[in-house]
Order: sequence, then structure tokens, then C-alpha cells
Amino acid sequence: MVPTHYYLILSAILFGLGAVAFVVKRNIITIFMSIELMLNAVNLAFVAFSQAFGRVEGQVFVLFVIVVAAAEAAVGLGIIILIQRNRQSLNIEKVSLLKL
Amino acid sequence: MSPVLLIFFVLAGLAVLGALSLVLQKHPIHSALSLIVVMVSLAGLYLLMGAEFVAMVQIIVYGGAIMVLFIFVIMLLNAGEEEHTDLSKLAKFAGLPLALALTASLAALVVKPDAGAPAASQAFIPNATNQISSMLFKEFVYPFELTSFLILIAIIGALVLAQREKK
Repeated sequence: MVPTHYYLILSAILFGLGAVAFVVKRNIITIFMSIELMLNAVNLAFVAFSQAFGRVEGQVFVLFVIVVAAAEAAVGLGIIILIQRNRQSLNIEKVSLLKL
Repeated sequence: MSPVLLIFFVLAGLAVLGALSLVLQKHPIHSALSLIVVMVSLAGLYLLMGAEFVAMVQIIVYGGAIMVLFIFVIMLLNAGEEEHTDLSKLAKFAGLPLALALTASLAALVVKPDAGAPAASQAFIPNATNQISSMLFKEFVYPFELTSFLILIAIIGALVLAQREKK
């Protein structure tokens, strides 16, 4: 069997990469995808703990996370289409209305 | 090395490579395709852990629905290569160490040896899908029903956002 630590370390690596992509990327769609990557990393940790403790609550939580991610994707992509329509650009630097 | 461990390392390597390529690719469609690689290899890892229901939901909902939505939007908006902007001085020097520190501290937090979790993975949970379904409709029935509201609100929100303004 694979030790639980391995899964957790993989989850941390994926989360870190997602966080890096979130900060580094300049395209709104890619930034959105890096959020999905971070959610996936958290899901991996949930399932790993679920298996380690022999209880299925973790897997139920993963289902809720997936539902929230799907809802978020629908609304977020709607917002992205709106941004493109109003600003003719997907560059995050051009969407700085709230910046001081 | 046992075959299970070998499969784990292959899938984990694929996932990390896919995530790296998500960061490094310039074109959003390439990033989206590498994210699909990550999701499918994560589904394989779920299968390896005996969470077959979660693995199938991962492929159908994430790999299927959500990523198709992403690619659809990328193609609809005809997104090109992203423009390169100058990194700030601070980001250039502190970025990589800080990212490594974040990953290391996260790993150290979850891998605490005396956290009560058994060191090695236990045997498969028998009848996991069965248990999940009964748990969804007993202990977690209120959150479960609330998610249907959430989906409804998301549908309405997406419709309102994406429709053209009527004069």
C-alpha cells in the first residue's frame, strides 16, 4: 500500500503549483483554471485522509467540493465572457478597477 | 518496489508534470489540456485508493463537464497567447523561494507524524459507494439539498451574466 504521506505531499505540491499559477498567470481563464487545480489538490487530501481513517466522510466532502467547483465554473466563465465583451481583452492587468 | 507504489509514482509524476505545464504554457488551450491530464491522473489515484465513485465523478464532472466548459469559452473568446508583463523586482527574487516555502509548510502541516493518522494507508473501505450514498441522504441531507439550491442560483447567475443587454 502507498503511505498516506505520499498523497499528502503530492497534494501540497499541486496546491503550491496552483497558487504559483494563480499569481504568475496574466490570462483570466488560466487564473481560473489554477483555482480548479488548487481545489483538486484539496480533494486529493480529502480522499487520502478518508482512506487513512477508514471513513467515507472525506469522500462525501469531495462531492460537495466538486459541486461547488462546477457552480463556480459556470458563474466565473459568465463573468469572463462579460469582461471580454466590455474590455476586448482577457489580460488581468486591464481589469484593475478596484486597484488603489 | 511494489506495483501499487509504481503506479502511484507514475500517476503522481503525470499530475505534477501536468501542473507544471499548466504554469509554463503560454497559450490557454495548452494550459487547459494539461489541466485535463492532472485531473485524469488524479482520478487514477482515487481508484488506487479505492474511492471508485469519486474517481468516476472526477472524470465525468471535472474532466468532462467543467473542462469542456473551459475549452468552449477559450474557443468562443478566441483567446490568444497571453501577453508577457514585467515581473516586479520583488517577485523575481522572492517568488520561487516563497512558493517553495508555501509548499513545504503545507506538506509539513498535513504530514505531522503524531496527528493521529495511521502512517500507512489502511485497506480499502468496503462498499464505499454504498456508504457514501446512505451518508448523503442521512447525515448530510441538508447540505445535499442546499447544493441543489446552489446549482440553481449558479444557473440563473450564469444566464443573467451572459445575456446581452436589451435596449
